Amino acid sequence: MTRDPELDRLKAALKAAPASSPTARAAALARAMEAYEDSALSRQGPTPPLRSGPDHPVKAGLAKGLTRLLSVFTLKPMLAATTSVAALAVGLFVVLPQGEAPPARRSAPPVAEPMTATGAEAPLARRAPEAAQGGAQGITTQGAEAAPMAAQAPMAAPAPLPGAKAPAAAAPGAPEAAPLTSRSAPLGDLAPEAPLADTSAMDTAAPEGMAASDSAAEVFANSANARVQSVAEAPVSAFPVDVDTASYARLRDSLIAGALPPPEAVRIAEMVNYFPYAYPAPEVGAPPFRPSVSVIPTPWNAETRLVHIALQGRLPEVAARPPLNLVFLIDTSDSMDDPAKLPLLRQALALMLPDLRPEDQVAIVTYAGSSGAVLAPTPASDRGTILSALNRLDVGGATNGAEGLALAYRLAEGMTAKGEVSRVLLATDGDFNLGVDDPEGLAAYVARKRAAGVALSVLGFGRDTRDDATMQALAQSGNGTATTIDTLQEARKVLVDQLSGALFPIADDVKVDVEWNPSQVAEYRLIGYETRAPQGADVNGGVDAGEIGAGHAVTALYEVTAPGSPALVNTPLPSAPAQATTAETAQNTAQAPAQDTAELGVLRLRYKAPRESVSALIEAPIQAQDVPADLLPEVRFAAAIAGFGQLLRGAPDLGNWGWDQAIRLAEANRGADPFGYRLEAVSLMRLAQSLAQQTPPAAPAP
Amino acid sequence: MLMETPDETLALAAASGDSAAFAALVTRHYDRIFALGWRLTGSKAEAEDLAQDICAALPHRLRGWRAEARFTTWLYRVVVNAAHDARRRAAVRNRAADGWGDWEIARQESMAQDRAAQDWLSESMGRLPPELRDTVALVLGEDMTQAEAGAVLGLSEGTIAWRMSEVKKRLRAMAAEEAQA
Repeated sequence: MTRDPELDRLKAALKAAPASSPTARAAALARAMEAYEDSALSRQGPTPPLRSGPDHPVKAGLAKGLTRLLSVFTLKPMLAATTSVAALAVGLFVVLPQGEAPPARRSAPPVAEPMTATGAEAPLARRAPEAAQGGAQGITTQGAEAAPMAAQAPMAAPAPLPGAKAPAAAAPGAPEAAPLTSRSAPLGDLAPEAPLADTSAMDTAAPEGMAASDSAAEVFANSANARVQSVAEAPVSAFPVDVDTASYARLRDSLIAGALPPPEAVRIAEMVNYFPYAYPAPEVGAPPFRPSVSVIPTPWNAETRLVHIALQGRLPEVAARPPLNLVFLIDTSDSMDDPAKLPLLRQALALMLPDLRPEDQVAIVTYAGSSGAVLAPTPASDRGTILSALNRLDVGGATNGAEGLALAYRLAEGMTAKGEVSRVLLATDGDFNLGVDDPEGLAAYVARKRAAGVALSVLGFGRDTRDDATMQALAQSGNGTATTIDTLQEARKVLVDQLSGALFPIADDVKVDVEWNPSQVAEYRLIGYETRAPQGADVNGGVDAGEIGAGHAVTALYEVTAPGSPALVNTPLPSAPAQATTAETAQNTAQAPAQDTAELGVLRLRYKAPRESVSALIEAPIQAQDVPADLLPEVRFAAAIAGFGQLLRGAPDLGNWGWDQAIRLAEANRGADPFGYRLEAVSLMRLAQSLAQQTPPAAPAP
Repeated sequence: MLMETPDETLALAAASGDSAAFAALVTRHYDRIFALGWRLTGSKAEAEDLAQDICAALPHRLRGWRAEARFTTWLYRVVVNAAHDARRRAAVRNRAADGWGDWEIARQESMAQDRAAQDWLSESMGRLPPELRDTVALVLGEDMTQAEAGAVLGLSEGTIAWRMSEVKKRLRAMAAEEAQA
């Protein structure tokens, strides 16, 4: 079946469904019949009498729809169908009260021609024509093409019929709209199916792990409308909480070198999350992180709104933080011999040392030629020893990563005492040949270590050889982030400013999703993920659970379009199901008092406290209300950066909104900016603007 | 040798007023509805309730059936949507509820019995988010291809493939944890 023991095990367990209880079954069938008798269906016309023996099949036993259906049949299937009607009629004769003495209108010749059975009663129509998914709604019993029947009529014993239940008349009060129907199908059922256009070409095999997920993302990228999701089709959208920021450093590098970055290298979510923002922090005693949701008009489109979602982790309590064990696994292969690599790393680590505390420990392992510990676990207070070990680091030899990685983990595990936090920091220029053949195997190894308590972060140095995908996959598995360090300023940001954040988890297994209210939002676009699914995620659903470190913040931006807006991209829904859905949602959200303060959706966060197994839930409504004055510049700056990214990607969503507007928006919302990150961004935007004017417009990124 | 009338024929007949056809249809499919309900909710009691609600609503629902999809595909979609509805209602009642089957608080007791018998399954399913559970119930529990499951859930085949790979990843991680324990 599958080659996956876990899947097989789950499958076997699911297969072992308990038998239905006969009482429940009988009750359900009785209710079904009551409901049927009460429904409009049974009043559509008199039920034609049914009766016959095996050799007297009823011809006109079924009503109009069937007759019409039969009339288009070729002889053979028709005979087969007629026979089965006969079979059915036999059963009915026995059990149904209304089957009493009905006159058979005419006897038909017995049917010879047994059909070849294709597996008795296939539980599901295999290879059901996909084209037949056209929105199953509306009352239409006609126009039924022969299609459904023509295919195969499985041969089987006649269905057992409900034991003499089915009291024709005195059905006690089951109202016409039985309980289920009134609240029926908010999501998929009534809405017309809009299968994603191009994804059908995708291999049916489930992609294996990370490598495959990239190719899958490519497939999504080709889908014309995949970047804009329709709420009817995918009401829930998840976004990852551990966003890497490597892309920003790379595009900065490129711009400073005088070239626009290739559009596909621009990752807007990473750009937006590169910057520190002044989001409100959680109160003491509150959950470890706090969501802030703001809705503003989209700068580049008057017809849509921008939903800005921020999560701010509790700021580090520096005094109370647990002791920290850091093992630096440093790539010292020949390629690291570059001023922007090993020497920069050395400086960066030296910068970080003063911020460590005496009880923290540092160890260094190198990998190249022969790997080894160049610094045994050493208290951070012993600064001299650490610095001299750093200065002894030298390049040479080919990469020998396997040993190095194993050694780093061994050291880290040995250093970890109860209540301490341990992490391996892999510093490399991208040669991840760590001795495990497949990246997935490597990622699994890292994930196992993470489960055992040692996390991994990746620090990328240099520019050209960086294997971005592997880097991110590794960091993801190791519950850390992948960052690129190309300047000393960046080194400070990564290692010093965010030291506490990346290194002390305050919440684990964090999953965030947004469920949109279809009455307010018809379409949405998670900015930065339009052409690829969030890492390790499918576009609608699960995202890898992430870790939120102390002081860590996450920003996500959605551009949302209201129902009926001219900015809708996908075909608008027919109004009937939309209304049903609206009523449904209004009922369910239960907190949408008036239309003008209606919720656009609900933000849901699930998380576990570190080392806990029970997960907690935070919910926040997404409402269009005034954004607090101190939050507004933060929201607008993030929007400006999102605009910057889209300009670099040549994305089609901006209309007439261009560089000037983006720069003005960013500049007006620089805020305090103590480290000058935002100022730098504004100058990069100016640089990009002038580069863009020299170069022909970039083709939209795939 | 008797032929079984195809679901589609019965459904059309039922939709145009043939109560015998309707009876045959629900009788034929009750167990399937129940089993999928169980796979989606993890509780026998829930599944029975769900199946009964679905049966009772089926006449009304059938008016929406146009023979454009396979009857079983359509029916599975009805079941999945009913399970979603139930989950949502329960979520409104108990916003903090989170778990496979947890959503029906009133039935904690009978669920506890279900669980004792199905510990590992509960545990594994409970740790999957709802949309992955649905996918698993259809692909593994009902032996559907990814295309079929996609048709039922109204999603692209690619999305199902994504979800299944996500499921694999998570199961592997759980297995790794188990091995550690």
